[in-house]
Amino acid sequence: MDATALLAPLAALVLAPLFLGIINRTKAFFAGRHGQPLFQLYFDLQKLLGKGATYSRTSTWIVRGGPIIGLAALMVVVLLVPLGGLSGLVRFPGDLLLFAYLLSMARFFTVLAALDVGSSFEGMGASREVFFSTLTEPTLMLSLAVLAHQSHSLSLSSALGAVTVTSWLQHGTSLVLVFVALLVVCLAENARIPIDDPNTHLELTMIHEVMVLDHGGPDLAFILYGSALKLWIFASLVVGLVLPVRTGVAFLDLGSMLLGMGLLAIVLGCIESTMARLRLLRVPNLLVGATTLATLALVLAVR
Amino acid sequence: MNHPSLIEAVLVTVVLTNLQLLGSSRLKICIHMVGLQGIVAGLLPVLLDHEANPLRAWLLVVGSVAIKGIVFPKLLLRVLRDAGVCREVEPFVGYILSLLAAVSALMFSLWMGSTLVLPQAPVGTTLMAPVGFTTILVGLLVIITRRKAISQVIGYVVVENGIYIFGVALVGGVPMLVELGVLMDAFVAVFLMGIAVYKISREFDHIDVDRLNRMQG
Repeated sequence: MDATALLAPLAALVLAPLFLGIINRTKAFFAGRHGQPLFQLYFDLQKLLGKGATYSRTSTWIVRGGPIIGLAALMVVVLLVPLGGLSGLVRFPGDLLLFAYLLSMARFFTVLAALDVGSSFEGMGASREVFFSTLTEPTLMLSLAVLAHQSHSLSLSSALGAVTVTSWLQHGTSLVLVFVALLVVCLAENARIPIDDPNTHLELTMIHEVMVLDHGGPDLAFILYGSALKLWIFASLVVGLVLPVRTGVAFLDLGSMLLGMGLLAIVLGCIESTMARLRLLRVPNLLVGATTLATLALVLAVR
Repeated sequence: MNHPSLIEAVLVTVVLTNLQLLGSSRLKICIHMVGLQGIVAGLLPVLLDHEANPLRAWLLVVGSVAIKGIVFPKLLLRVLRDAGVCREVEPFVGYILSLLAAVSALMFSLWMGSTLVLPQAPVGTTLMAPVGFTTILVGLLVIITRRKAISQVIGYVVVENGIYIFGVALVGGVPMLVELGVLMDAFVAVFLMGIAVYKISREFDHIDVDRLNRMQG
């Protein structure tokens, strides 16, 4: 194993909070504000890690374990995910499924912890989170199936590594559909704006943020870092798909991918600034629409 | 000028407009989608390039794009404005279920396209006949499941688009006179239906088809 295999996971672990910082600065730019520093999340994490945690007497070990298990699962996912041509640290046939199920496991324990707290408000958020994730999961699986079919491999690294300029020329239509579907999944899974608002903590339409209301101190730091990692994971899937730079030279690949990630962060910031959040009842329409796009892409690819 | 990937892009656009039609409650968006569908479907004869005479194909393209892409949407938008309706409020079948129905219609059409014995091999890609058939089914679905009279007209135009794509796929060179005649018929039909919808909205203050059986006296 050479040192270049470490590049993708290291970039994810170090730069994920910065990705959120770029999104926030873009949103601040649109709002006409100066905005928080780019490295704000690093400062927040440092502050939270130095604090103590308070636990309610009604809660059990699940509340303490939830954030840790969630972060651990996401860190294992980071080892699997390639950054464009740079393959992940761990790769084997079938890691596509491990990828999807580790994400589900992280969500499962977040939901359990939210239910264990005993607040009815968090239970509501948990039920919404589970409902919407049942709608996004088929989209994710179908999109990954398209990539796997086109590369004839069941490994995430080789499936994304096989997306080149020629494959865009040959199967452009189905790749465009997969791109749109993955972008919607990326927005939905990370509680970004058309589906959920990451900034509101006390509104009735929010989904993800409500589940973590009762966590504090190091637990909250784990959750915040975990959600930054999750955003990075999905963003690197999207960027790896649309930016078919596969030079084989590790640092050229890394540079172009990081540039692409920065651009995607700005694009996400623009989407969040220019769109209104959908009404909760309209969200399933968007998610099912994304599923149909992914199905169409699969039909086109398999045909 | 035979571009399989370009034809595929056109067909995928047609399928996407179908999905948008079924998933959207705003009638204005539906009309724009039908117009877009008419334009991209109208381009097919030039892309296929099986005509001995390219001038004929271009004439057909100009005619169908002008009528389906410009005249129909303008006419329907005008009726919509006069009727003062902007949304399909409560369709008989919900939007998500309609989307899933469209996907199953696509699956069914693909299966049918692979098993059906056609009089001659379809031109272009193998996707042509299935997409045409899907579009016909989606048009029928719109006609059956939507409440507003203007949606029925939209569904009729979608069916017409589907038959057009199916026809282009199956028969290499339809005589231009026949094609233009069909186009003319569709034009007159949509024109008359537009007038009828306008009159209904004038008389009854609504264009809900399920309430039309109570229109006597």
